Amino acid sequence: MTLSRRRFLQRSAIATSTLIAAPAVFRSGALAAENPITVGSLHDQSGPIGTSGTPMVYALQLAVEEINAAGGLLGRPLKVIHYDTQSNIQLYSQYAQQLAVKDKVDVVHGGITSASREAIRPTFDRFKVLYFYNTLYEGGVCDRNTFCTGTTPAQTVEKLVPSAMKKAGKKAYIIAADYNYGQITAKWMTKYCKDNGGEILSTDFFPLDVTNFGSTISKIQAAKPDLILSALVGGNHTAFYRQWTAAGMKSKIPIASTTFGLVNEPSTLDAAESDAVIGAYGYFEELTTPASKSFVEKIKKAHPDSPYISELASCTYEGVMLWAEGVKKAGSIDRMKVIEALESGLVFDGPSGKVSLDKQTHHTVRNAFLAEVKDRKWSVLETYTDAKPADTASVCDLIKNPNDVKQYIINL
Amino acid sequence: MAIYVILALDVLNGISSLFLLCLGLAIIFGMMKIINLAHGEFIMLGAYATVISANAGVNIWIAMLIIAPVFVGLVGLVIERCLIRFLYGRLVDSMLATWGLSLLIIGIITTIYGNTQQGVPTPLGGFSIGSYQSSYYTLFLALMAVVMMAVIYGVMRYTRFGLVARATMQNPAMAATLGVNPARVYMSTFALGAAVTGLAGGLLAPVSGITPVMGGAYVAKAFMTVVGGGAAILSGTLSAASLFGSVNQIGAYFTTPVYGEVIVFTTAIVLIRLLPQGISGRFFKGNL
Repeated sequence: MTLSRRRFLQRSAIATSTLIAAPAVFRSGALAAENPITVGSLHDQSGPIGTSGTPMVYALQLAVEEINAAGGLLGRPLKVIHYDTQSNIQLYSQYAQQLAVKDKVDVVHGGITSASREAIRPTFDRFKVLYFYNTLYEGGVCDRNTFCTGTTPAQTVEKLVPSAMKKAGKKAYIIAADYNYGQITAKWMTKYCKDNGGEILSTDFFPLDVTNFGSTISKIQAAKPDLILSALVGGNHTAFYRQWTAAGMKSKIPIASTTFGLVNEPSTLDAAESDAVIGAYGYFEELTTPASKSFVEKIKKAHPDSPYISELASCTYEGVMLWAEGVKKAGSIDRMKVIEALESGLVFDGPSGKVSLDKQTHHTVRNAFLAEVKDRKWSVLETYTDAKPADTASVCDLIKNPNDVKQYIINL
Repeated sequence: MAIYVILALDVLNGISSLFLLCLGLAIIFGMMKIINLAHGEFIMLGAYATVISANAGVNIWIAMLIIAPVFVGLVGLVIERCLIRFLYGRLVDSMLATWGLSLLIIGIITTIYGNTQQGVPTPLGGFSIGSYQSSYYTLFLALMAVVMMAVIYGVMRYTRFGLVARATMQNPAMAATLGVNPARVYMSTFALGAAVTGLAGGLLAPVSGITPVMGGAYVAKAFMTVVGGGAAILSGTLSAASLFGSVNQIGAYFTTPVYGEVIVFTTAIVLIRLLPQGISGRFFKGNL
């Protein structure tokens, strides 16, 4: 067969038009079958933060499964696009771009440390992808595209410090990790201690690789406080609780902590080391409300070896559910319409109780709980209903300044 | 008054735990000139061996003093046969290989036991001096440091193995012509170093936060101490551990823990500037 110029052009034209048309044909075929709403997920399942991220992924999957079982949203099923960020900030930036540009997801849930959130938040602002951050943090994020469903210091430290002072006494000694979380939390502890007529004897910060706390324990003994307030972070710092108990100080001066037990310290430390430590969070696995029990049961059934199910998991579940309520109310997955629906004072009854979104700050009004470790488990002592994100509210007003996109540093 | 006794105990604690942590490295790096960047992971393996066996019902003292060193010693033996024996005299290569090894060990332990805290309660209790509290375990660590010093001194100075090992490290070719098999000596010396490190991990397990990545917190300080100590494995390591351990504890007590760390590293820099051969290069020449 000879290939004349005319025939060549003819064939090329056919081939080209087929190629160009192909995706459209495939896509419309897919549309006819199912066009899922996509939920992006960026959580660490490996690396140092993996133990925190794993239950969050389980909770997100559970929420999506439940929504799908109930018929999806707007008649369309949900599909999760998940990336394991491996405790690596660089991967956060990379996968955030991928979710926004390549996968074109409708919403993203994720980020654990504050550093990871600040790495991905601008990406989602730029590409106009709705973003949910479901972790407790130091407060101050003020961004109309972002919803923060975790607790902030005003919701937990505010309860923790006075209750611990009531139990132990007015003189406190603060020990905290030496990076922004510890520094900021120590400031909040100082504020709430002073507000309640207490006194801070000293504040010590520890680099994350300190392992020998001998001299600190002596220093604390010399200062003779009534109470230790701890914001120590990470595996190396757990040594403090061990050495403190070994020195026989455990029964003499009580400890209240904003970090202890968020992962699984009560179940891995010896009872003698963890008993009577006080903590305050937005959720505890041990809560006995029906909603909480069934939430824990479902996760444990699907993943029997799940790490401790903490506030991180419950806030992720509630975050996805709040977003779903928003989509339902908006009747659309258009970003602005969903944001406006979410701002209308949406309420969801989750494992931790009633959670509502605050229009002014895009944070949540939620229950806070005070608990004490007893025999390697948390025993919930008190419930504070409708704790407000007062810290963020003091600097952030998205009603007045809807174009804010920054994290305020709250001056104390 | 009581506070000075307590402070002295803190210093003793700092020195003895640092000495225990470094002794194995002093044998492997100081004697054999293998830069073992997996040293921290050997400590971690010792701690895990202790915790896992203690939680399985083994007596804590047996877990700490026997299982940990034997297990890590065996691991060391396998590693020497499979990896290290190809790297004698290749300083930079040994660095790269042991760094990879450390990542591998962390990966294996994370896969098996998960990336979570492990724990074992501290044996012995506390005691009080005046109105201050300290733990008997501090004294026990100091005792163990002295025992280990005596054992290593005894082995290196008075046994045939010690003599042969020291001779082989000094001049392997000469030792070989005298009928010694250097490969076997290297193998057993490396295993001994690993076992001593495993023992340190076991001893520190009850007072540390145990995770697969815990080794990272120790490895820099261990190298600093061994380099600061110089060629003599016992007198060098002991003097450097005494210097850094007490500077760290006293610094942290009178300033803050942050400056405590800063002061130690500054001291190390000054020390290496003044005594490039380490403390024992100047003061304990020819000692063990």
